[in-house]
Amino acid sequence: MQIGILYSRIRKDEKLLLSELRERGHDVEKLDVRKLEFGVGDPPEGVADLDIVLDRCLATSRSRYATQFVDSYGVPVVNAPDTADLCADKAKTSIALDDAGVPTPETTVAFDTDSALSAIEEFGYPCVVKPVVGSWGRLMAKLESRSAAEAVLEHKATLGHYEHKVFYIQEFVEKPGRDIRVVALDGEPVAAMTRSADHWLTNAAKGAQTQEFELTPEVEALVEKASDAVGGGLLGVDLMETNAAQSAAEQSSGDEPRDPSYTVHEVNHTVEFKALNDCVDTDVPAAVVDWLEAKAETGVPA
Amino acid sequence: MTECVECGAEVSLHEDLEVGEIVDCDTCGQELEVVDTEPPVLDRAPELDEDWGE
Ligand SMILES: [Zn+2]
Repeated sequence: MQIGILYSRIRKDEKLLLSELRERGHDVEKLDVRKLEFGVGDPPEGVADLDIVLDRCLATSRSRYATQFVDSYGVPVVNAPDTADLCADKAKTSIALDDAGVPTPETTVAFDTDSALSAIEEFGYPCVVKPVVGSWGRLMAKLESRSAAEAVLEHKATLGHYEHKVFYIQEFVEKPGRDIRVVALDGEPVAAMTRSADHWLTNAAKGAQTQEFELTPEVEALVEKASDAVGGGLLGVDLMETNAAQSAAEQSSGDEPRDPSYTVHEVNHTVEFKALNDCVDTDVPAAVVDWLEAKAETGVPA
Repeated sequence: MTECVECGAEVSLHEDLEVGEIVDCDTCGQELEVVDTEPPVLDRAPELDEDWGE
């Protein structure tokens, strides 16, 4: 098969995919988005003949536009442009998850510092302010007090890019020092891990400890629902356990601990899987390539 | 072995080098992008100038 990979940086994740694809004898076309020119109606050289294109662009705008162009040439592309567009925007993701009945942290968006402050006061402290577009846990603020809230809002309003003037405010979820990352292919989990840190941000890119997580039917069902909500694809679904503290208290007091319940706080469309691959027995890149081959075979539904 | 374009130190490269890959210079810490593999050619890696990552 002829398989294209859109990229601008080759990370460990992309190397794993490239070597898996080449080992299987596929013709891999590396598409450096920095060098490509996307004509309206006219695909860049070599793109029209591809059986499928996998988007691995790290930069949000590149990912959103490049997938849209590839799709417009009639070449199957994963993840789909609509999925990229939705997942790149936290506000859109929150709406889609809630519409689909997926439990997700309580969220309010405001466009003005006064209304944002009023929303923050309604949530109470601590609560969380995040950029609507952002990654690797950057520019996230846990607000403990009104004075902190005022300072963060002022900084965002003064220094931020216009997208940082969209204030995305969220309840603070008391998670048990860890969250759960599930990598899924069209809603089917490949493998999962927990990421633990003393810090409230438990991002693998920030050095969190990772450990395999045994999937439960409840988590599997939520992942499928969350994936469907954003249009499917190769996704990283992040969940937090919401009642772990009560559960532990019940256990220590001798009561029957309740089952954990979950909230989905993020769905990533350019998912990094190297940390997961290192901590589970499953061959994640092989599973991704199996899925890509099947997609190329059957075509991607429009 | 290839020279770092920033500090001139020798950068040791692994075998399965890939165009587009980023390697770090152990001496000066500069991020270097592999722009060619045969023979290996390195350039300063571009800055992360917008939202990057998952
Ligand atoms: Zn150097």
